[in-house]
Amino acid sequence: MDVTIVLLILLLGAVVTYFSGNKAASKVALLFSAVAFGASLMILNQYNQGIDCGFSAVWMTNPNILFSLKADGLALAMVLLTTVLTPLIILSSFGNNFNNAKNFYALVMFMAFAMTGTFLASDGFLYYIFWELSLIPIYFIALLWGNGDAAERKKAVIKFFIYTFAGSLFMLVGFIYLYQKAGSFQLDKLYALELSATEEFWIFLAFFFAYAIKIPIIPFHTWQANVYQKAPTVGTMLLSGIMLKMGLYSVIRWQLPIAPNAAQELLYTIVGLSIAGVIYGSIVALKQRDLKKLLAYSSLAHVGLIAAGCYTLTLDGLRGAVLQMIAHGFVIVGLFFAAEIIYRRFETRTIADMGGIRSQSPKFTSMFMILVLASVALPGTFNFVGEFTVLYSLFQTNLAFAIVGGTTIILGAFYMLRMFQQAMLGETNAKPFADVSFNEGIVFVLIIGFLLFFGLYPKPIIDLITPSIQDILVHIK
Amino acid sequence: MSTIIAIAVLGVVCLLAEIFNLRKAIIPITVAGLLAILGMTVTEFNTTESYYNNMIVVNRFTVAFSSLFILLTLFLVTLSHHFYKNRPSKVSDFIAIKIFLLLGAVAMVSFGNLAMFFLGLEILSISLYILAGSKPLSLKSNEAGMKYFLMGSFASGVILFGIALIYGAVASFDMNMIYEASNSAATGDWFYIGVCMITVGMLFKIAAVPFHFWAPDVYEGAPALTTATMSTLAKVVAMATFFKLNMAMNGNMNFAYETVIVIISIFSMTVGNIMALRQNNIKRMLAFSGISHAGFMLMALLNLSNTTGSLFYYVTAYTLAGIAAFAVILYVCNDKDDESITFFNGLGKNNPVMAAVLSASLLSMAGIPIFSGFFAKFFILNQTLQAGYLILVIAGIINSIISVYYYFKVISAMYTKEPNEAKKPVPFEYYVVAVLAIGLNIAIGLFPSCLMDLL
Repeated sequence: MDVTIVLLILLLGAVVTYFSGNKAASKVALLFSAVAFGASLMILNQYNQGIDCGFSAVWMTNPNILFSLKADGLALAMVLLTTVLTPLIILSSFGNNFNNAKNFYALVMFMAFAMTGTFLASDGFLYYIFWELSLIPIYFIALLWGNGDAAERKKAVIKFFIYTFAGSLFMLVGFIYLYQKAGSFQLDKLYALELSATEEFWIFLAFFFAYAIKIPIIPFHTWQANVYQKAPTVGTMLLSGIMLKMGLYSVIRWQLPIAPNAAQELLYTIVGLSIAGVIYGSIVALKQRDLKKLLAYSSLAHVGLIAAGCYTLTLDGLRGAVLQMIAHGFVIVGLFFAAEIIYRRFETRTIADMGGIRSQSPKFTSMFMILVLASVALPGTFNFVGEFTVLYSLFQTNLAFAIVGGTTIILGAFYMLRMFQQAMLGETNAKPFADVSFNEGIVFVLIIGFLLFFGLYPKPIIDLITPSIQDILVHIK
Repeated sequence: MSTIIAIAVLGVVCLLAEIFNLRKAIIPITVAGLLAILGMTVTEFNTTESYYNNMIVVNRFTVAFSSLFILLTLFLVTLSHHFYKNRPSKVSDFIAIKIFLLLGAVAMVSFGNLAMFFLGLEILSISLYILAGSKPLSLKSNEAGMKYFLMGSFASGVILFGIALIYGAVASFDMNMIYEASNSAATGDWFYIGVCMITVGMLFKIAAVPFHFWAPDVYEGAPALTTATMSTLAKVVAMATFFKLNMAMNGNMNFAYETVIVIISIFSMTVGNIMALRQNNIKRMLAFSGISHAGFMLMALLNLSNTTGSLFYYVTAYTLAGIAAFAVILYVCNDKDDESITFFNGLGKNNPVMAAVLSASLLSMAGIPIFSGFFAKFFILNQTLQAGYLILVIAGIINSIISVYYYFKVISAMYTKEPNEAKKPVPFEYYVVAVLAIGLNIAIGLFPSCLMDLL
């Protein structure tokens, strides 16, 4: 069995979901995404036994393009992240009633398919196709099922689309250029390429546009907060939980090994930009009145730190970045879900209109509290492992980076706890707040369970990703 | 060769059918005839032969492009059935003209002699002049026909002048002689002036900047089905012919000529896209988008020996998307006076299939993966970079970004706005053509090799 099975299940899931009718759509999608998760666990098991689960077949001969998928530890970790989060995200949406649910869930499944493909593809062209393909479903999800004023939403979403599309097209130019040199889009051929300093610089930059917009690193972040706020929560979860990890993953998989010298040369600039994102995101988050926007900016800050870790080019930096990517994926999905639950009860996202929820729903409050603490990287949660490793790598690179980047913990604690205080504590709210339902509870318990378990015992994940990161580091150094 | 004869016969049969009172059978006969001709043409694929003192040459290039043209005509004729429903007495004329147009198109890609080339060009152009003005009661259609005729015949004149000059230099119309002349140092200056004039005329026919001014007005004014013909069939015929002429003619004048092509290509893409941004009429918008696509196709001229496959792929992807889009446009704007984008509001609710087809074809034109338009752009950009024109590639990329905006304007109007009229049934022919064309578009996107390896 090879990894194509996961892709096939997800694609089939999208088709079946579409034809299953509006009522059954959410359950069918959940079923297929759960099966895909099971399949990726089996693949993981095979991988651990030392069986190669990659796949390769000729797609086109002229130009020379292969349909090839590579399943090393790093890719599998990201695939697992996608296939775990997709069922959780679908389950979390059971409380919503969407118009045209079949279209909605089919698009979600299709997006999971495209993102999984992005993580697996080892042919540059194939990778690019999956990368672009994931953009179409999220465009429609955000546009058609989003909230707020339709005209404003349309503006925000088209801006997002054009930004990301523009970035990826520059990446495409980079790939075409590389193809002229290497005669192939294969990952190992591109790694082996000897480029001159100027060539590397421009290739690095072309890739950087695509990834900096996707991640986002400032000053390319302007699309983010509006889209996160306007998209339906499922879309926001997909975007922040998985899709932006595509950018970070691609930095490690494609950008750094292909243009290592340029990365080395620009190290201070790029790490500096990423860390500026940390500070900027945190400070802007302090000022937010809208819960979803606050989470969007907190995500900007966290992702900036992850990007900084990637661009330090050290083993710890890359490893910490990957760990933090996984941790952030879980925690941000949990946090957006909490925001959604409050919205379902109170129909507001303005923090000032909340408050006094604790006394009515202790279970929800404690779950939310754990997620908030995980988000500020309290020791014992998985986020701590990732964030600490990243900060350690920054410290190795330059003390100033570590000090400035370290403020994220303080600032993060400040805005997250203040938000928690205003939203949850205080006098009992006059409006009734039902405690979490069974479905909602499962999502929380699974996320929190994951974060705590791997927070105390991160070894399996570290063991999974370290060999592949070391392989990549060989090409960077 | 048999293709051309068969098409001519089919055209005559269409005219005769009217006389024998078989009006209802015209379209079925034509469709069946075209299918038969398509089959016959495809079987000729691997032969290379020339007929009548090299007047007509049949080779892979000819057969591939002819098959595409026949397929497109097949779609256009199928669409005619419903489109000319209210004017039954004219059906035989319109269909016969479309078939003669195809005759011209096939002659234009299979010529071995400039006389034959000009004959094909005129058959094609005159058919189009008639079709553009084929709604005699509409002022706009009259204007379009007149404008197109005046400008088009002027361009034909320029081409003819070019041919005369080339004859003066080479003393032959034969393409082989011309090829040799273009590669020898002794050729007189007349030759190059002649080539430039032919180039100008052909650039007019494919509506590249700065010879594009006729396109938006004519596209908007002409009946929608004629616009479909012009923007798909006529455009790619001209492009394929231009490509073939270039292969024979520009042996000695590479660098300067290529610089001109690069500049025209950049301007076509940019002007076309920027003008398209502000259009409210979808036919006008597609006219400008067609100008920018012409800019992309021109890139194929920069790497002549390698790009035949890419060009063929590009025109196939572009025309299939165009046919699918026009099938939807015909359905939506059937009973309207113009083709404003507001008519598409809420199509996603009223008719999800047609909305999906139009979205898919626009996404293909915008170059979003899995639709063949993306692969087409990729192949052609790849070849351009191989030829060393990085600047052109970057211009192409920036233009792709711009184009997303106006394509998505239509898409979001279809899905986010409320419909302003009641649901109406889709004529069966429109439905079939739309789904078939977009299906083929996606199929060649999934298996690009099947076209790329042909040429």
